[in-house]
Amino acid sequence: MNSKVKLDDLNVHFGGTHAVKGVTIDFPANSVTAIIGPSGCGKSTVLRAINRMHDMTPGARVSGRILLDETDIYGRGVDPVAIRRRIGMVFQKPNPFPAMSIHDNVIAGYKLNGRMRRDEADEIVETSLQRVALWDEVKDRLKSNAMELSGGQQQRLCIARTIAVRPDVILMDEPASALDPISTLKIEELIEELKERYTIIIVTHNMQQAARVSDVTAFFYLGELIECDVTKKIFTTPDRKQTEDYITGRFG
Amino acid sequence: MEREHFSRQYDAELNIIREKLLEMGGKVEVMLVNAMKALVERDTALAERTIAFDHEVNTLEMEIDDKCLEVLARRQPAGRDLRFITLAFKIVTDLERIGDQCANIAKRARELNAEPPLKPYIDLPRMAHCAIGMVKEALDSFVRGDDELAVKVCKDDEFVDQLNEQIQRELLTFMIEDPSTISRAIKVNHISKCIERIADHATNVAEMVIFMVKGKDIRHTIA
Repeated sequence: MNSKVKLDDLNVHFGGTHAVKGVTIDFPANSVTAIIGPSGCGKSTVLRAINRMHDMTPGARVSGRILLDETDIYGRGVDPVAIRRRIGMVFQKPNPFPAMSIHDNVIAGYKLNGRMRRDEADEIVETSLQRVALWDEVKDRLKSNAMELSGGQQQRLCIARTIAVRPDVILMDEPASALDPISTLKIEELIEELKERYTIIIVTHNMQQAARVSDVTAFFYLGELIECDVTKKIFTTPDRKQTEDYITGRFG
Repeated sequence: MEREHFSRQYDAELNIIREKLLEMGGKVEVMLVNAMKALVERDTALAERTIAFDHEVNTLEMEIDDKCLEVLARRQPAGRDLRFITLAFKIVTDLERIGDQCANIAKRARELNAEPPLKPYIDLPRMAHCAIGMVKEALDSFVRGDDELAVKVCKDDEFVDQLNEQIQRELLTFMIEDPSTISRAIKVNHISKCIERIADHATNVAEMVIFMVKGKDIRHTIA
């Protein structure tokens, strides 16, 4: 499998805390990689490092390399804004822009980059909403405020906003943990469809979700990558005892 | 060392399945011992009781299947728990088939007891003794997670196969020499085949134990 994102000896420090310790891992292109592990294992920290979200955190230090198609995203002269356009992120809580319509939310990323023709904008809105299977539900009320949507719809809207700028990689931090089971299944179904076009890295606390949606699973513990393998192997016959204890609910 | 689950109830549910499997294994052992005794000692009443006893094994099969299904639905097991449950599902089928084979032996014993003895039974009890040992050890290896013992069971199958072939050759000579023995010889041959099958089921269990312990599928690799 082609690797899209590659972490090479990634370390993240917050002040005196060594949160991510020498992680080296490949995220294959057009696949879903799930990152699992107990709270505090560094999984969200790793995810955030991939689109340079620690840049603004006081006391945060990132070392090692993160390659996006051979380009070190922490390299000299690399613009973090350009990186974030190629590496989108979806958060745990749906966060549509509250003062904007559904239409404007989808196109918000584009608007930041300057004006565009209305028909062009409409086309991006329609395509993006179709890709997240929201178009049929909202096409007659695109001017409505985004906050009128249900939680599950809001999350799909946020994913539409992320893919509207045509990223290569989508990072998802617990994207379904604030949603009801049906909305969760819709998001999972969507992830399955999105991987045809994008490389997806998802952090989840829900191990069954990792087992359902991912092709590859990485298990982190105390800031270290313990094991990374195809999902079937991780959930049936993992190599490391720590992994096995965690996925079977025996972690001490 | 085996750690416990966060959920003690989960551990308890897995233990119930483990214990019921052992109980089922114990019952098929008794069935085989009694079926052979009914044959060798020409005890038709014991043969009848053995045939009736199969019902208890069948009931356990259904109980274990039901419990496994419940754990799958409620716990979504992973890793070694998933291997254990899928293994339990398969072991239970092998044990149930062993019970059926024992009932078959008892049925043939009942028929043979109604006729004059064909010959003294020497190799058949030896073969049955080995098969019982295999069933016992397969279950022991399962309980203890002992893959070395499981490998031994797989190897013992060879011995049972050889005895089966030897018995078949011997019966063939009987039948050629004296066609009046044919009907009885076919029944004895059937018993020999049943024991051979029982050893095969024990081997299946042992192979699955190796998968449970090692996570490695060795089926169809040991000659």
